[in-house]
Amino acid sequence: MGTVTRVNGPLVEVRDLAGAAMFELVLLGPYRLPGEIVRLSGSHATVQAYEYTGGLAPGDPADRGGAPLSALLGPHLLGGVYDGLLRPLTGAGTWLDPAVSSSAAVARSWQFTPLVGQGGRAAPGTAIGRVEDAGSLPYLVLSPGGEVSAISRPGRYPHDAAVAVVGGTEVRLTRSRQVRQALPYASRLDEAVPLVTGQRTIDLLLPVCLGGTAAVPGGFGTGKTVLLQQIAKWCDADVVIYVGCGERGNEMADVVAELAELPDPRTGGRLIERTVVIANTSNMPMMARETSIYTGVTVAEHFRDMGYAAVVIADSTSRWAEALREFASRSGTLPAEEGYPADLASALAAFYERAGRVVTLGGDTGSVTIIGAVSPPGGDLTEPVTTQTERFVRTLWALDRDLAYARHYPAISWRESFSRDAGALTRHDPENASRRARVGRLLAEADRLTTLAELVGAGALPARERIGLLAGRLLREGFLRQSSLSVRDAYCRASRTALIADALLAVVERCQDLVEHDVPAAAVEDRDFSPVLRAKEAPEGEIAARRDAVLNDLETLR
Amino acid sequence: MSTWAPVEYTGVAELRGPLVIVRGVRNVGWDEYATIILESGERRHGLVLDVDRDLAVVQVLEGTGGLGAETTRVTFAGSPLRVPVGAGWQGRVCNGRGRPLDGGPPILGDDSAPVAGFPMNPTVRQPPTEPVITGVSAIDALTTLVRGQKLAVFAEGGLPHLELAAQVAAQAHTGGEPFSVIFAAMGLTHGDAATVRDILERRSSAAELTLLLNLAGDPVIERLLTPRIALTVAEHLAFVLRRHVLVVLADMTSYCEALREVSAARGEIPARRAYPGYLYSDLASIYERCGRIRGRPGSVTVLPVLSMPGGDITHPVPDLTGYITEGQILLSREVPSYPHIDPLSSLSRMMRAGAGEGRTRPEHLDLAAQILAGLSRARQAGELADLVGESALTRTDRRYLAMAQAFLVGLLAQRPDEARTLADTFDRAWQVVSVLPRSELSMLGEQALEAGYRGQE
Ligand SMILES: Nc1ncnc2c1ncn2[C@@H]1O[C@H](COP(=O)(O)OP(=O)(O)O)[C@@H](O)[C@H]1O
Ligand SMILES: [Mg+2]
Repeated sequence: MGTVTRVNGPLVEVRDLAGAAMFELVLLGPYRLPGEIVRLSGSHATVQAYEYTGGLAPGDPADRGGAPLSALLGPHLLGGVYDGLLRPLTGAGTWLDPAVSSSAAVARSWQFTPLVGQGGRAAPGTAIGRVEDAGSLPYLVLSPGGEVSAISRPGRYPHDAAVAVVGGTEVRLTRSRQVRQALPYASRLDEAVPLVTGQRTIDLLLPVCLGGTAAVPGGFGTGKTVLLQQIAKWCDADVVIYVGCGERGNEMADVVAELAELPDPRTGGRLIERTVVIANTSNMPMMARETSIYTGVTVAEHFRDMGYAAVVIADSTSRWAEALREFASRSGTLPAEEGYPADLASALAAFYERAGRVVTLGGDTGSVTIIGAVSPPGGDLTEPVTTQTERFVRTLWALDRDLAYARHYPAISWRESFSRDAGALTRHDPENASRRARVGRLLAEADRLTTLAELVGAGALPARERIGLLAGRLLREGFLRQSSLSVRDAYCRASRTALIADALLAVVERCQDLVEHDVPAAAVEDRDFSPVLRAKEAPEGEIAARRDAVLNDLETLR
Repeated sequence: MSTWAPVEYTGVAELRGPLVIVRGVRNVGWDEYATIILESGERRHGLVLDVDRDLAVVQVLEGTGGLGAETTRVTFAGSPLRVPVGAGWQGRVCNGRGRPLDGGPPILGDDSAPVAGFPMNPTVRQPPTEPVITGVSAIDALTTLVRGQKLAVFAEGGLPHLELAAQVAAQAHTGGEPFSVIFAAMGLTHGDAATVRDILERRSSAAELTLLLNLAGDPVIERLLTPRIALTVAEHLAFVLRRHVLVVLADMTSYCEALREVSAARGEIPARRAYPGYLYSDLASIYERCGRIRGRPGSVTVLPVLSMPGGDITHPVPDLTGYITEGQILLSREVPSYPHIDPLSSLSRMMRAGAGEGRTRPEHLDLAAQILAGLSRARQAGELADLVGESALTRTDRRYLAMAQAFLVGLLAQRPDEARTLADTFDRAWQVVSVLPRSELSMLGEQALEAGYRGQE
């Protein structure tokens, strides 16, 4: 039993913690507030507390937890809302008072079906049983490896029941795992498989892989949260872990309410049943923000190990970095750039490194994809969190304030963004590769021409260049813009994305051809393009007809 | 609560800026409330910022002026600061620490609550869905304030943001449901405070208003408490006494300066513009105290008002505020008439949920979108006209310029003492769009146009 000697907000110092280890859990004061050892010198520990420490005083007792900070993983996760330490928030009281301990909703029983027989061998990481009523996917209970000396019959078992003994180890439905250490896997896979997000700009121009990493930097109001929520709703992953890290409570309430309403097209259930929400809003204890990121990835790895594609969505990683800075500053660590600790870059790198598509220990294929928002102060993209993040992610969706002010959503800048996986993803799909290249070229050309037109006036440009400007407008309005409010267009499947792009490209090509055959550019510009511009709001079967209507109308100019 | 006299400590080791460092303390907890007794018997108040073995660092809300190291005594309350809560706050005028300035008795509550508050469990939050009507056309029509929302007002220098804040506080209502306003003023000059009180006269007679006044000449550190007291009182009025409560916090830039002062005195590592690195979290601990709770009738709506130093929206105070609030109303000098709201730079993120059918008007969202699209087009046309002359504009572009003018004169411009009904505001909004040819109004449905359009075509 140790004794608290200093309390400075979340920084607590404790003496006489003999035998303690780094990252060990410590319980502080009469209310046993959880904290984690982040520095040890002899038996004197510096502890990062995960709750409000008001009233905690030097002289108060501090207890060793005996294990590193861990999260409880189990069949209860899908469909639930948890705090940064993965404690259930559902049923935890209206006001989160650390002095009032809650015994919320993990404790229930589950329908278990064994998948192996007694006496057989179960290699490490293979499934020995499944839970069917744990969300939209079968929840698999994995083997620690060894001979199955006991296994339960099909039936309902409480969450902490041992359902098997494998290799001499009891296997329970729930298990506790350290959050700072990645869960092991057999090997990484290199092959690129897309994560389809349903957002056209992303899926065609700036794709992300299963097991890839993406960051979304943007000033306030540029649409980070809406974009991440769209991906959480519509992407084709098996499991989504949505981490609200230091952001708004109303947004969390909103996303949970929406996911609970929306049907999951693949299972017929609700989208919330494939989602784990970790809510650490900006007014909740700051240090739990720091862990919530790791907790989220640990949950994702846990589902990856069952052979699923998991996506971690973190809004916002900047608030996590600020928590790092805050604690470093209180503990007197020498600051580097803008007060952030010198290990900011390595912390970011280590976090994004936990993404990947792998062969699991059990021989299955699973993945963890990480998508994080970045909130640069003053919208300044040269600040440390943004610049360091850009180094480590494979895909960047940079949001542009001017686009957002012009209500061009999603405000993804096609100039500032990149996808390092685009090449690998289209390698075996030459048709899509050429579609992507053509759209990209036209957008870049239109940008160049817009700058020129601002100087000399669009009227002064040669016909071909005026069509270049027109092409930019058609693609921006008809393809890139995608309203999250639209019933039909909030989500756009891959085949539809291709159809819309092809329709617009065909129209652009026809326009170019017309001016080459001496039709005046003004005549072309004056035609009604709304059938293709509104194709995104039309049923998929109508898109070709809309394209033809515009093409035929253009033909009358010849 | 305790029946024994609290321990008095006399070991003041150091006085530095707003801080007193007391030696020899025992069992003093972090964030505990302290009373500082001067030689003269005067009592001041403080909060524990750091406690290391027997040393406690106390931030003195009234400042350390006149404190002597040998003669000062300090006692600790044994817990973080609590304030009385209850209906008794309504109709009162107090200083920034909640002491009456109106000659009335001290405020005694039915209960007390910690000023730091507790975070609301995000799973009990009810997403906001109903409007607060402010009686200011530009806000009600284009950036509707929603019950349970936090919506900031940002002002460039020299603009009457306090008048607008006071006007909203004086006029706002929730259509007959129990409604209260708490106006927390921080760092206001005497002149500003007099203006604000004048404007608020209209409501304070209705006993629905609480005014907390920290003036420019008052202790700077006291401001750190003012918004927290306001919100603690508001939470009780809303979630226990079932009222809709609007909390106006003006000027948050003065609040942040106080925070910076304490941070500097503690020698903390500064982040942007010497503000502490925890400014975001500190502001969030204030702004996030808005909301509604499932199954309970009341709501807390927060309207932080701030002047942007140097008119710079990337300054840490407006920037971090913007990251937390659910939208902003921007006052710009480029808008010539009061209330100077620049509609294209303003946004209420909750508007979609709080306006429209059954809340304000069925056509509200479409009408607002149409006006904004029109203003945006008019701005482009105006820029073009500046370059090449108005004569070079198309007929349609000229109609857009006329529409922008009609907007400025007919809808936006409003007297500070003029409360407009929703009916009046919508009438004006239709007048504005009716300046455009009907064929341009692609965002409005047939039915709405049939009922509302008054143009010639
Ligand atoms: N794809 C979209 N479709 C429609 N509106 C959008 C879209 N993206 C953003 N918005 C609008 O922009 C506002 C701000 O977006 P949000 O994601 O909250 O910004 P951020 O998280 O970057 O501060 C939203 O409230 C919404 O009105
Ligand atoms: Mg956001």
